[in-house]
Amino acid sequence: MTTAEKYVTAAYCAVFAMVLLYVVLIALKLNRLEREVDELERRAPEEAAEDERVTVDVG
Amino acid sequence: MRAVVRPYRIPLPALAGASLVLVTTALALVFFVVPNDADQGFSQRIFYFHVSIAFTAYACFAGGAWKALVHLWKRDPRADLESYVAVHQGLIFGSLVLITGSIWAKISWGHWWLWSEDQLVLFLVLFLFYAAYFMLRFSVDPGPQRANFSAVYALFGVVLIPVSFLAIRIAKHFIHPIVFTSHVTSNLPGSMLWTYGVAQAALLVLAYTLYRVELSGKRIDARLRELRTA
Repeated sequence: MTTAEKYVTAAYCAVFAMVLLYVVLIALKLNRLEREVDELERRAPEEAAEDERVTVDVG
Repeated sequence: MRAVVRPYRIPLPALAGASLVLVTTALALVFFVVPNDADQGFSQRIFYFHVSIAFTAYACFAGGAWKALVHLWKRDPRADLESYVAVHQGLIFGSLVLITGSIWAKISWGHWWLWSEDQLVLFLVLFLFYAAYFMLRFSVDPGPQRANFSAVYALFGVVLIPVSFLAIRIAKHFIHPIVFTSHVTSNLPGSMLWTYGVAQAALLVLAYTLYRVELSGKRIDARLRELRTA
């Protein structure tokens, strides 16, 4: 491999690595958002049930 | 009842597929079809992605400025988010311009960077200007004020794009090559011009795909925050 070929390969690898890093970061963020949506979905029925409770005087 | 008319948008999977096909085709053309440059030899093959990435970065910054103008004009918070994502994309592609350009400079000129080159320095100024956009944006609390500050700043930055692009043409002493002149067909004959065209299309479609993906994520994030505070 000549020096020019090494540099050209390095340049294209840098582009590929940057795009890959970006895609990985976006994928991690989407995973986090998915977890947050799941958590909200889980909490929604509990909060709805709490709202439906009626306060009753005891004694 | 008022019908909400949304502009047609190409589905993300179709965009991602188009990006993959175009980038693969461009790489195949660069490495297996296009001949070696008579002057620079094999190393000239960096040109096809380096220049395409540079124009894509300019397009992203210009898109960010356009959305900033839309925000200031219509006070639309969606335009603010779109402007922010476009500037972010521009910064990513801008960093790639600096990296690939430095590698090309090392082979061609024997230096990673030359401060005497106006085109290089002006692109760095443009890059740093937009890097400071994020410092400004995240130093102000979220809200209309932050959106307005960001929009005005993004609009100011767009002035640097023609300056950066034309610097090489107005410079008296330069070693940075000029390809896009009125004699473009003689500078880039036959398959070289086609390869550049495919690479440029590939990078623009890739940038638009990444823009749409990031924008979707940001919108979901914003809606989740609203739901949490509701």
